[in-house]
Amino acid sequence: MLLRPKTSEKLAFATLKLCMAIVLAFVSILVIYIVMNGYSVLSLDFITQMPMKRMTEGGIYPAIVGSLMLIGLSMAFAISLGILSAVYLNEYSTPGRVSWAIEMAINNLAGTPSVVFGLFGLALFVKYFGFGASLLSASLTLALLILPVIIRASKEALMTVPQEYREASLALGVTKWQTTRKVILPAAIPGMMTGIILSIGRVAGETAPILLTGAAYFLPRIPDSVFSQFMALPYHLFVLATSGTSITQTRPIQYGTALILLLIVVFMNSIAVVIRRHYRNKLNR
Amino acid sequence: MSKNEINTNINIKDLNLWYGEKHALKDISLDIPEKSVTALIGPSGCGKSTFLRCLNRMNDLVKSCRIDGEVLVDDENIYDKNVDVVDLRKKVGMVFQKPNPFPMSIYDNIAYGPKIHGCSKSETNERVHKALEDAALMGEVQERLGDQAFSLSGGQQQRLCIARTLAVKPEIILFDEPCSALDPISTSKIEDLILELKKDYTIVIVTHNMQQAARISDHTAFFLLGELIEFGKTKNIFENPQVKSTEDYITGRFG
Repeated sequence: MLLRPKTSEKLAFATLKLCMAIVLAFVSILVIYIVMNGYSVLSLDFITQMPMKRMTEGGIYPAIVGSLMLIGLSMAFAISLGILSAVYLNEYSTPGRVSWAIEMAINNLAGTPSVVFGLFGLALFVKYFGFGASLLSASLTLALLILPVIIRASKEALMTVPQEYREASLALGVTKWQTTRKVILPAAIPGMMTGIILSIGRVAGETAPILLTGAAYFLPRIPDSVFSQFMALPYHLFVLATSGTSITQTRPIQYGTALILLLIVVFMNSIAVVIRRHYRNKLNR
Repeated sequence: MSKNEINTNINIKDLNLWYGEKHALKDISLDIPEKSVTALIGPSGCGKSTFLRCLNRMNDLVKSCRIDGEVLVDDENIYDKNVDVVDLRKKVGMVFQKPNPFPMSIYDNIAYGPKIHGCSKSETNERVHKALEDAALMGEVQERLGDQAFSLSGGQQQRLCIARTLAVKPEIILFDEPCSALDPISTSKIEDLILELKKDYTIVIVTHNMQQAARISDHTAFFLLGELIEFGKTKNIFENPQVKSTEDYITGRFG
C-alpha cells in the first residue's frame, strides 16, 4: 500500500525524532548515573590528594595530573603532525597511486584496535627507542592512535576552503607556503577543531594503549619528567573496578573518578569549541 | 621600433596549449600594447580565459596543462626555466570573475600582498590607502577599514580585489570577466575605473559583453575554437571586421 505524501512525511519525521530521543536517553542515563553515584565523593581533597590506604581512601590527584599531561602531550604531537600531513596531502601531493596508498593506509589505521597500537607503542617507543614505560611512550602511542582522525578531519577542512582563495593569493605573487599559512590554514581551523574535539575524548579515555606503554598501577607522585611513569584516570578506574580486594568499598571513588574524567573531557572540548567559534566568527563576521 | 608603431610590453609568439589531449590554444601570436586596454572576446570555450591565464602562468595550477611557444613580458620569456613565477605574478596582477576577497578585514585584504612582500608597516599603510584611492573605493570604506570584506557589496568587493592587486604595484593587470557577477551600476563603476587605470597599467580584459569591449578597450582580439581570428583597433574590429566569423559574432549571429 502506498502512503499519502503527508502521511509518509509525518512517519519519517516521527522516526527521526524517535531515533534522536533514544540517543539522548542513553547519553542522559549514562551521565545522570555517573553524576548521581559519583558526586558524593567530590571534594577539594578528592582532586588534590594522593590515593591512600590501598586506594580505598584519599584522592585521585596524580591520576588527574597524569591524564592532563597525557592529553596535552599526545594532542600536541598529533595536532602538529596531523595538520602538516593534511596540508601535504591536500595542498602539495599530486593525486596518484602514492597519495591513494597513503590515504588508504590512514583509513585502515583509523580502524585498527587500540590494543594493537598499545603493542606497537610497547615495541617501538618503550623497547626499540628505549623511552621505557613512560609518559612520552604513552603520549606518542596515543598520538598515533588519533592521527588518522586528525589527518582526515584536517584534510576535509582544507578541501572546503574555496579554491578562489588560493588563486587570489597566488596571483598576488605569494608563494604556495605563504598562501597556505596566511590564508588557507586560518580558513580551515574551524573544521580542524572538529577532529581535535573528537580526539580529545578518545585520548582521555583510552586504557589499553597506555596500560602497555607507561601508565602505573599505583604511583602516588607527580611525574617529574616525560620519562616517568604516571597514573591516568581511565586506568585508575579500571584498576579500582577490577583488581584488589576492596572493589565494593571503592565504588564511590570509582564513580568519582569517572565523573572527573567526564568533566575533564567536557572542559577540554569546551575550550576547543570556543576556539572554533572564535575562528568561525572571524571568518564570517 | 618605428615611430608610428605602438609600444608593446607583452609579446606572444606561436603559443600552443593543451589540456591533456585537448588542443585549447592554437598558434597564437599577438603583441599587446602597453598602457592601454586590450579586450579578448569570443564565445564560451574559445580559449580567451585560458589565454589570459597564460600571461601570469595561472595555468601552472592545472596539472594536465602543457604549453609551447613564447610569452614575452618586457622582453623576457616568462616560460623560461629560470623565471621566478612568484616575481612574474607580482608584475602581472589578476582580477577574477567572481569577487574573491580573503576572509579578513578590508584593510588586511589589501595589506596582505605588501606585507608578505616585506613592506614596512608605514609603507604597507601608504600602499593600502593609495590602492583604495586608485580603486575608487576609499570614499565608501574609509570609516570601516576594520570590517570584514564580505560585508561589502559585490561591486565593492570587486573593487577591493582590484585595490588588492594594485597594492602589489603590478605593471600589467589581467581582468577575467570582472563584471559578469555584477549589476549594471557596479559594472559601470568598474569600467570607469579600468579607463582610469590604463593611464598607468597595461590592461588585458576578457569579456562576454560586446558593448563593454567596445566601450573600454583600445584593441580587441577575437578568439574562436582556440584560434585568434582577428586582432586590431577596437573601432576597426567593431565597425569593419575583416573576417566573416568576427562579424557574425559581433552582430550576434552566434556565440
